[in-house]
Amino acid sequence: MSLLSVQNLSLSIGPVPILKNVTFSIAPGEIVAVTGESGSGKSMTALAAMQLLPDSACTSGHIMLRDEDLTAQSEKSLCAMRGNCIGMVFQEPMTALNPLHTIGQQVAETIHMHAVMPKAEAEAEAAAMLTRVGLPQDRFPLSRYPHELSGGQRQRVVIAMAIARRPRLLIADEPTTALDVTTQAKILDLLKDLVEEYDMGLLMITHDLAVVADMADRIVVMRKGEVVEQGDTKHLLANMQHPYTKALFEASGHQVDLPSANDSTPAILSVQNAVRDYALPRTQLFAPRAYHRAVKGVSFDLHHGERVGLVGESGCGKSTLTRAILGLEPLQDGKITAFNAPVGPDMPAASRIKTQVVFQDPYSSFNPRHRVARILTEPFHLVDTPPAGDALNQVISDVLTDVGLQPSDAQKYIHEFSGGQRQRIAIARAVITKPELIIFDEAVSALDVSIRAQILDLIAELSRRHNLAYLFISHDLSVVRSVTDRVLVMQNGEIVEQGETETVFNTPQHPYTQTLINAAPVLPDMAALTSQTETPNDSA
Amino acid sequence: MLRYTLKRALSLGLSLAVASLVIFFVIEVVPGDPASFMLGLNAQPDTIAALRSELGLDVSKLERYLAWVGGMLQGDFGTSYTYRTPVTEMIGDRIWVSLPLALYALTLSTLIAFPAGIYAASRRGKPGDMAVMGATQLGVAVPNFWFAMMLVLIFAINLRWFSAGGFAGWDKGVAAAMKSLTLPAISLALPQSAILARVMRSALLDVLGEDFMRTARAKGLTRRQALMRHGLRNAMIPVLTIIGMQFSFLLAGAIIIEQVFFLPGLGRLIFQSISARDLIVVESVVMLLVFLVILVTFLVDLAYAAIDPRLRSRT
Repeated sequence: MSLLSVQNLSLSIGPVPILKNVTFSIAPGEIVAVTGESGSGKSMTALAAMQLLPDSACTSGHIMLRDEDLTAQSEKSLCAMRGNCIGMVFQEPMTALNPLHTIGQQVAETIHMHAVMPKAEAEAEAAAMLTRVGLPQDRFPLSRYPHELSGGQRQRVVIAMAIARRPRLLIADEPTTALDVTTQAKILDLLKDLVEEYDMGLLMITHDLAVVADMADRIVVMRKGEVVEQGDTKHLLANMQHPYTKALFEASGHQVDLPSANDSTPAILSVQNAVRDYALPRTQLFAPRAYHRAVKGVSFDLHHGERVGLVGESGCGKSTLTRAILGLEPLQDGKITAFNAPVGPDMPAASRIKTQVVFQDPYSSFNPRHRVARILTEPFHLVDTPPAGDALNQVISDVLTDVGLQPSDAQKYIHEFSGGQRQRIAIARAVITKPELIIFDEAVSALDVSIRAQILDLIAELSRRHNLAYLFISHDLSVVRSVTDRVLVMQNGEIVEQGETETVFNTPQHPYTQTLINAAPVLPDMAALTSQTETPNDSA
Repeated sequence: MLRYTLKRALSLGLSLAVASLVIFFVIEVVPGDPASFMLGLNAQPDTIAALRSELGLDVSKLERYLAWVGGMLQGDFGTSYTYRTPVTEMIGDRIWVSLPLALYALTLSTLIAFPAGIYAASRRGKPGDMAVMGATQLGVAVPNFWFAMMLVLIFAINLRWFSAGGFAGWDKGVAAAMKSLTLPAISLALPQSAILARVMRSALLDVLGEDFMRTARAKGLTRRQALMRHGLRNAMIPVLTIIGMQFSFLLAGAIIIEQVFFLPGLGRLIFQSISARDLIVVESVVMLLVFLVILVTFLVDLAYAAIDPRLRSRT
């Protein structure tokens, strides 16, 4: 008998249908991954299993936990089940914990809610649970506050809270999306071990197909509130039936057709021994200020038409380095030159024009009150004689066409566009002045896989057409591998390894690079899987 | 926490020093010589000079400043120019009206605002929320002296439960004194509680949208438990800020209410002293108010740290 069985679950919020006839089940000890792109209803499915839906949600169908129908339970008995029979782990560990309570209080609270026991006993149990998830008491006493822990450590606390009562079902909603790859690998291992140890069912919601392929016993693929395909992981990977599933996996492993790099051109960007310090807050009134060295003597060159990747985990200094290269922040030592002119906060506006940038978040990097035309033409402030009148309109429609949008989009406002379209606008803004170097700062990290594949193709296409050089900063190794010629690996403010992208990925030299590459989940080789199970006539 | 407290205390001392300088010199540059004002238009120059020296106005400004600050540190605020009585005594009588009134009003305002704000936040968008928000809209819009007059009309003139004004004095017993402060405190508290309830509601609504509230629900807490255990304390930071500001206002801003109820409070004292150019009283009362306001800010800062561990560890 299955542990959780979702039967014909439909859900709507107001007039908007969110889920349509979703059916799947989880057996004890089984890991089921629900995957799909944003808006597919996967998080709502998780919240429905928890019965923590918005008040306005209207559901039909059944959610059976063993032989109890969760949709028919009173709020009181649901409260008794949440945390006790079903635990949940959330996406954002930085905000999932109450900042004002100690981690001990928060883990013990789950125990208190469902069991009557003396305070000391609950605390002892909380301590044991924290130790089990990798936070031993000698280093992480119960009295720690969430702000004293890193993201991965906080996620461990959230997991300890969720499993403190040994629930039969654990729901994890994008549990590692906000974490670095090495931390992600550890958290995924922990979840796997816990499932085995407690014989729990794990319902895992994730958009990352590499994680899915690696973790799940079974996969449920969702699209626009419907389950399009589900099955045993190995079998499903080998025999994808639904075109959407195929498209999804193809987009995840998308290989960009990058034009060949031209060698031996002069360096257009040269970073020499760059050092960037941040002043720390004073700990004592008259003590000398302490500094944090975010970038420690970084040197590299970027040549005309060259595509360079910069990878590293959060806090490694890649964003700081980016800001220095854009001339937004001063260096404490060393120098940066771009197009034979020094780069710094006081550089003349005219020399900024050859380097442009595309940022990560397509939702917050535009002024919502400006029309697209105005957003696009903003970089022309850097030019002495900007195009005007018909010439300007021509430039705008050219650049919009260039990035795959319509010239008529120029008069629209930014809220009328989807995330992918917004990122195209961001790219259009960056290329409108015909720069020779573009910095992509996590430019595809916020996008769904299929959109990401399209944007990566667009970047490659623009690079081919305009012979663009770019610096592609990302934490996502597979993306960097597909769109760059050369890669720099950064750790603790230093570049620990650099070289041809393929060489570095195939034979990493530095231990850190090796750790990074080993930790990154990879999609299984589809071709190999398919041929193993011999499915002839598998039309594309 | 100790380091944080010391730092806040240091900043308290510095603020007081700066405030005393500003108050002294700003009042000094205000035109109008107390001595000539007291003696009238027809006074002889030598009489004025004699009075000036008697009042201690003939020495240099710096000396007078130092004497003033030094005196205050020993509890001596000087002697009123007009009444010829020690300022300490004048303030002493009145602060026992103003301070209890402010505390009384603040307590009432908090007692009204907290439940109202929590109730409104927990039924967001429902009729209960709308009713509370409508009432607070009214409370913010209607001036407190109007409330005061209505209260006098109903409870003093018609029902005769309270006297229409005046202060019984603490020597008549705590109950009698508090009774004569009740109507003024209510009329001060109503508009303040309306503001505070709105702040409470919006702070709580912000917190209710936080991820950790969902985590709390996932642990099995009911809505109410999650609100009380995880919501309330997180919503307290903006609420405390407003409470601190309201206390300062209640202490010095009660002039109109003191007039309506004939209460001998600090507000009236300042008003009378300014009209009479009694600079030494004005300076001293303003300095005292500044001290109390800065002290309240200090206490609010300490309360922040007591609530939020992130502030404590930042030192």
